[in-house]
Amino acid sequence: MPVGDLIPELILLAAAVAIVLFASFAAQRHQAWAAGLALAALVAAGVASVAQWGPAPQLSFAGVWALDRPAIVAKLVILVSGAVCIGLSPDWLRGDRRHGEYYALCLFTLLGALMMAAAHDTMELMVGVLLTSVASYPLAAFHRGWAPALEAAMKYYLIGALTNALLALGVVLLFGLVGDTGYAATAAALAGADPWGVIVAVACVVIGLSFKLAAFPGHAWLPDVAQAAPAPAAALLTVVPKVGAALALARFVALLPDAVAWPAIVALIAAVTMTLGNLAALRQHDLRRLLGWSSVSQSGYALMAIVVLDAAPRALPALLVFLVAYALANLAAFAVVTHWRGRTAFDDCRGLGHSRPLTSAVLIVALLSLVGIPPLVGFVGKLLLFEVTIAGGYVWLAVLAVVNTVISLYYYLRVAATLLFHSPKGEIAVLGRFSGWTLTLTAALLGVVSLVVQVLLAPLTGIAFAAA
Amino acid sequence: MILSIALAVPLLGALALAGYPRWSAVQARRIAVGAAGVSLAALIVAWLGFDPRGAQFQHVVELPWVPSLGVAYRLGVDGIALAVATMSALLFTAAAIYPVDTRGEPRSYYAWLLFMQGVSLGVFLTLDLLLFYVFFDLSLVGMFFLIGRWGHGQPQLSALKFFLYTFAGSLLLLLAIIGLYLSLEPHSFDMRVLIEQQPLAGGGLYAGLVFLALMLGLAIKTPLVPLHTWLPQAHVDAPGPVSAILAGVLLKMGVYGMIRLPLSMMAETFARYAPWVGALALLAIVYGALVALGQGNLKRRIAYTSVNHMGYGVLGIAVAASALGDPAARQLALTGASLQMVVHGLITGALFLISGSLWQRTGDYELAHYGGLAHQAPLLTGFTVLAAFASLGMPGLAGFVAEFQVFAGAFAVYPWLAVPALAGILITAALFLDMLRRLFFGHLPASLATFSDLARAEWLVLGVLSLGIVTIGVYPSFVLTLLESASSALVGGR
Repeated sequence: MPVGDLIPELILLAAAVAIVLFASFAAQRHQAWAAGLALAALVAAGVASVAQWGPAPQLSFAGVWALDRPAIVAKLVILVSGAVCIGLSPDWLRGDRRHGEYYALCLFTLLGALMMAAAHDTMELMVGVLLTSVASYPLAAFHRGWAPALEAAMKYYLIGALTNALLALGVVLLFGLVGDTGYAATAAALAGADPWGVIVAVACVVIGLSFKLAAFPGHAWLPDVAQAAPAPAAALLTVVPKVGAALALARFVALLPDAVAWPAIVALIAAVTMTLGNLAALRQHDLRRLLGWSSVSQSGYALMAIVVLDAAPRALPALLVFLVAYALANLAAFAVVTHWRGRTAFDDCRGLGHSRPLTSAVLIVALLSLVGIPPLVGFVGKLLLFEVTIAGGYVWLAVLAVVNTVISLYYYLRVAATLLFHSPKGEIAVLGRFSGWTLTLTAALLGVVSLVVQVLLAPLTGIAFAAA
Repeated sequence: MILSIALAVPLLGALALAGYPRWSAVQARRIAVGAAGVSLAALIVAWLGFDPRGAQFQHVVELPWVPSLGVAYRLGVDGIALAVATMSALLFTAAAIYPVDTRGEPRSYYAWLLFMQGVSLGVFLTLDLLLFYVFFDLSLVGMFFLIGRWGHGQPQLSALKFFLYTFAGSLLLLLAIIGLYLSLEPHSFDMRVLIEQQPLAGGGLYAGLVFLALMLGLAIKTPLVPLHTWLPQAHVDAPGPVSAILAGVLLKMGVYGMIRLPLSMMAETFARYAPWVGALALLAIVYGALVALGQGNLKRRIAYTSVNHMGYGVLGIAVAASALGDPAARQLALTGASLQMVVHGLITGALFLISGSLWQRTGDYELAHYGGLAHQAPLLTGFTVLAAFASLGMPGLAGFVAEFQVFAGAFAVYPWLAVPALAGILITAALFLDMLRRLFFGHLPASLATFSDLARAEWLVLGVLSLGIVTIGVYPSFVLTLLESASSALVGGR
C-alpha cells in the first residue's frame, strides 16, 4: 500500500486527533496552544504536498486517489486557507473558555476538502463531502449562546442533510448503472449505460456538490454562515469547501460522455448562481453577509471554467488561477473583518478609512480583486475565465458574467465608499497582535501573488488531470 | 526607455506620496508637480527624438511578462499617441499646479493625481492590448476616488455612477480584446501583430460582434450620444482640476482607442459600418451642442460641449475608416480628428480649470448668479474669452485648425453628414458667446463685489495652456507633421 502518497492527509489526521486529546485534558488557559499544533501540522502537510509535485500525474491506491497537479494546487490553496483561518482564530476565541476542539474541527474540514480535491472514486468523494460537512456544522455553530449562529448552523445542517442524501443517491445509482465506483471504470462503462439513469444520477451528484460549492441550488446556507459563524471560520467555510468541490466537480464531469449534455446543465447552474448571488448581495447592509452572497456569485464564475472543460484546453488552468485569486481575496477580506472584531454593519464602518487606513486599504484591494480590477490577481483569474469561455463557444455566458461583474462592482464599491467618503465616528478597537500579523501576511500574499502572477501561471499552463 | 520613464515616474511619485506620511501640503504638491513635470519632459524628449518619416511605432520597448498568454510589457508610440500623451502630461502638470481645496488630505489627493497620470499615459503609450485594458480600467479606479473624495454636490453618487457606467464599457472592451486575441494564431496581445495581420478581415458575424463590443466600450468613454449620460454629473461634482483631467485626458482614451483598435486592427469591418458611426457622431455633434445651449450650469454646459467636440473627432475617424473616397481626404480627416484630441484637451482643460477657480471663490456654477466680472477680474475674463473662442472654432486659434481638417475631409467623403454637422459649430458659437455674456458682462451682483482675480499659480497655468492654443492655431505644422506621419500610415497603409 503506497501510504507515502497520503502523507499530507495523514499529518492532518494525526494532528486533529492529537488536538482532540490535548483539548480534553489541557487547562483552559492552554487551549490556544492547539492553534500552534494545527499550524505546525498545516506547514508540514504543505511541505509534503509540494514534495508530491512529481514529474508525471499519477493515480494511487488502485486508481481511487489522484495525485496530479490540479489536486496538489488545490491542496496548497486549501492548506494556506486553513493556516490563515487558524492564525486568525486564537484572538477571536480568547473569550471562549474552551476552544481547543475548534482547531480539530478546522483540520477535519480541511482534510475532507483535500479528499474532495483528490478523490478519483465516487465513494471516496462521498467520504470527503461528508467529512467536511460533519466537521463544519459545529464550526458554524461555535458561538453556541448566540441565536443567529444556531440558526445558521441549523440551516447549514438541513440543507447539507438533504443535498448529501441526494449525493449518496446519485453515487448509488451510478454504481448500479456501471457496477464500479472508480472513475476509470465508470468512464469506460458510462457510454453503454442507460442514458436516463445516467442523467438522474449525474443530476443528483451535481446537486450534492453544489452544496459544498455554494452554487445554486445548494447555496442558501452560505450567507447565514458567513454572517454568524466565528469570522475566521467563516473565512474557512467560504473558501475551503468551494475549492475542493470545484475540483471534484471538474473531475467528475470530465468522465461523462457527450450524450449527457452536462455543459448545458453546468452553464445553466453557473448563470443562475452568479446572477442570484449578485442580485442578493445588492441589498445587503452587513459586510459579512455581503461577502457571503458575493462568494455565491463567485462560485458561478468558477463554474464557467467547468462548462468549457472539454471545449477549451486552458479551462483547467483558468479554474485553478481563479480559485487561487478568489481564495486570497476572500481570505484577506475576512481577515480584515476579523481584525475589526467582526464589526460588519455598514453603519458601524463609516469613515474607517480615516481611522484605520491600512486595514481599510486591504479590504478595498481585496474587494477590487474580487471584482477583477487589474493588476490584482483577481483580474488575471477573470481574464482567463472569459478567455476560455469565449474560446469554448459560450459567448452568452461570458457576456452574462460581464453584466454580473458590473453589478457586483456596485456593492463592492458601496463598501469602499462607506469606508472612505464619511467622517469617522471615533477610534475603534481591533482584535489583537496575532490577528494583525495574520492579516498582514494574508494581505502580503495577495499583493505578492498579484505582482508575480506570471510565476504562478508558468507551472499551471498545461496542467491536466491524471489520465483515467 | 524614455517612455518607461514617462510612465514610471508619476507612478513612483504616487507610491512615495501614499507611503510617506510626513510631507506637508506644500511639499506634497511640489513632489506631484515635480513628478508630473519629469514625465512631461521625458515625453518632450521622445517627441524631439521622433522621426516623422521613420517607422510607424518608435521608441519601442518590449520585455517578456507572461509569455504563456502572449502578454508582454510593450511600449511604443506613433505620432498620434505621442501628441496625445504629451498633451495629457502637460494637462496633468497643470492640474497638479492649480490650487485646489484638498480637504486636509493633500498627500492622497496628489498621490491619486499622479496615479491617474501614470495610468493615463500608459493607455496612450502601450503597444500591448492587455496592458491597454489594464491601464484603461485603472484610470476608472483613480477617477472614482478623486471624484468621491474631493468632489462636491453629490460626489459619492456621481463617482459610483461614473465607475459603474464606464466599467460596463471597459468590460465590453475586454470581451472584444479577448475576441481579437483568440483570432490570432498563435494567440497574442501584441498590437503590432494585430495591425499587421488584420486577423478578422472578412470575418462575418464574429468580426461584427467584436467590432460592436469594441465600439460600444469606446463610445461610452468618448462619450457618444446616447451613451453620454454619465458625463455631466461626473463633471459637475468633480473638483476643477479633476474635471480638466476627466475631459482633457479620459475622454481622449475613447477616441484614441477608436483609432488604435478598430480603425487600425479591423479596418475592413470598420469600413462596412463607417456610415453608421458617422451618423452617430453627427447625432453627438448636434445633440451635444443643443443640450449645452440649454444648460444654466456652467460646468454642465462645458461638459456637453465636450460631447459635441468629441463628436467631431469620431466623425473624422468614421470618414477615415470609410472605404470610399479619396485617401488624401480621409487622411486629412484623421489628422483633424487626432488634432482635435490634443486641442480639445488644452481648451476644455483650461475651461474646466477656470470653472474650478470660480467654484473656489463662490461655490456656485449657476450662470444666472454671475455677471459683470469683466472689470472685477480682467485676467480671468481674458483667459476665458480666449478659451471660449478657441472652443467655438475661431480661426487663428487651435480649435479651428482641427475642425477645419475634419470638415474638409468629411465633405469629400460624406457630404450628407458634414453639412448638418456644421449646425453644431453655429450652436457652439451661440452657447459660448451666451456664456461669456452671462459671466462677464452686464450688472455685477452685490455678492461678487469681493471677487478676486486669478492668483499667480492660476494665471501661469492658464497662460501656458493658452500659449499652446495660440501656437497650434498660428503655427500648427509642428504637431501636424507628427500626426500626419501616423495618419498616412493608417489610411494609406491599406
